[in-house]
Amino acid sequence: MNFRGYRRPKGSVGVRNHTIILPTVICACETASRIAAQVKGTVTFSHQHGCSQIGRDMEQTFKTLAGIGCNPNVAATLIIGLGCETIGAEKILKAIESEGKPTEMLNIQDEHGTRRTIEKGVAIAKRMAKSAVKMKREQCDVSELVVGLECGGSDVTSGIAANPALGVASDMIIKEGGTAILSETTELIGAEHIIAERASTQHVRDRIYEIVKRMEQKIKATGVDFIGGQPTPGNIRGGLTTIEEKSLGCIFKAGTARIKEVLEYGEKPSEKGLVIMDTPGQDVESITGMIAGGAQLIAFTTGQGTPVGSAIAPVIKITGNPRTYRTMRENIDVNAGTIIDGKETIEQVGKRIFNEIIRAASGKRTKAESLRYHEFAINRIGPTL
Amino acid sequence: MRTKRKALVLHSRDNVATALEDIEAGTVVRVKVGSQTIQLITNQVIPFAHKFAIRNIEEGQLVYKYGETIGKAIEPIKAGQHVHIHNLESIRGKAGQQPRRRKTVEFPRL
Repeated sequence: MNFRGYRRPKGSVGVRNHTIILPTVICACETASRIAAQVKGTVTFSHQHGCSQIGRDMEQTFKTLAGIGCNPNVAATLIIGLGCETIGAEKILKAIESEGKPTEMLNIQDEHGTRRTIEKGVAIAKRMAKSAVKMKREQCDVSELVVGLECGGSDVTSGIAANPALGVASDMIIKEGGTAILSETTELIGAEHIIAERASTQHVRDRIYEIVKRMEQKIKATGVDFIGGQPTPGNIRGGLTTIEEKSLGCIFKAGTARIKEVLEYGEKPSEKGLVIMDTPGQDVESITGMIAGGAQLIAFTTGQGTPVGSAIAPVIKITGNPRTYRTMRENIDVNAGTIIDGKETIEQVGKRIFNEIIRAASGKRTKAESLRYHEFAINRIGPTL
Repeated sequence: MRTKRKALVLHSRDNVATALEDIEAGTVVRVKVGSQTIQLITNQVIPFAHKFAIRNIEEGQLVYKYGETIGKAIEPIKAGQHVHIHNLESIRGKAGQQPRRRKTVEFPRL
């Protein structure tokens, strides 16, 4: 099956054609957003990181920022650095350049401050955006798609309607040769034995238990009960009582395929098919990690409803709760509440989700895109110095 | 189009059902459990998407949904009773040592 995407120099396929202004560090975010505000066709995002970080935490932030520029939805990147930060613009430039896409950088200190950085930045960004407009979509195979699976603002309908239906769509993507990423390690707690049974090798099985154990140890280290954090107060209002119940509902979105590998946060899959990425349950950190790992699209189920989107990838919102579809229709792309109402089967809704993914891949705007939701958050695993 | 059900039991091992609509206290509910049909009367309001017991559950007994354990009962639960944070506790979700204060939840009586 085909969709219409943008072929990049190294062969990967984008479903969007963004020119991004990428700040390397918190101190460059405001400057980056002023450049983006002046150039039509560019996007940017803010974050709090890029400096005073060490070790694996610093590596993870670097990998995420570089991964965003490498994502096939990005046509060109202008990197804005400050000049003295831990994760320098040159290092990120080198990583993104390897994709063969137009990539340039400016350091605010080297440009002698705000005015010249913005002037030069606007000129570069205009040139980049102008040449991006000339790129045309072409026929691409669904096997080129990497779809990130996410659930947020869950309630009981997520586990019995929206997630099982997304699982059907995930199986269809994989059957076509594509890739789906199951994320949110916190939401494997209590359901890891079921997922581990589907591991393709003993190593993958061990890795599944390893990432869950690591997450539990991190939670234990805080010394407090994680009720209130997980399930969230909204989950509880929605009828979810325990993390086990939430997790058992969550894993349905990964369908029935074998699990090929377990990725670290922001890591690119090396195999096609179903993979797991070690991300937290917090939605924005989780989807940012998957997009940094190359996901061109996010399929996002919600029970209570959430507006969250991304500057880089279309986020398709699916709700299993008929009430949420009625009350938050402006934020929801697919109504899976028909399953609860007894009007459609899980398979029928799964096929609708699959079709919606293909349409979004070919350019149909999602609700989160139309409303210009551009959330971005990097998962931190170390202290800020 | 299938007929609308009031509640759903997801696996034959389960001892709770999920309400597919707000169910009033005193409602006769029929649920399919595997090939069996159980009939019971709710003795509390069960909000949409919340759980209620389909059998009596002893204190300390495991609670099953999707055929898997979702925690254990921290007090005896009668068939037809609402099952939520007041009487069901996670086994995996208690990371810390401090005991959690149990909230008393008031429900309308029959």
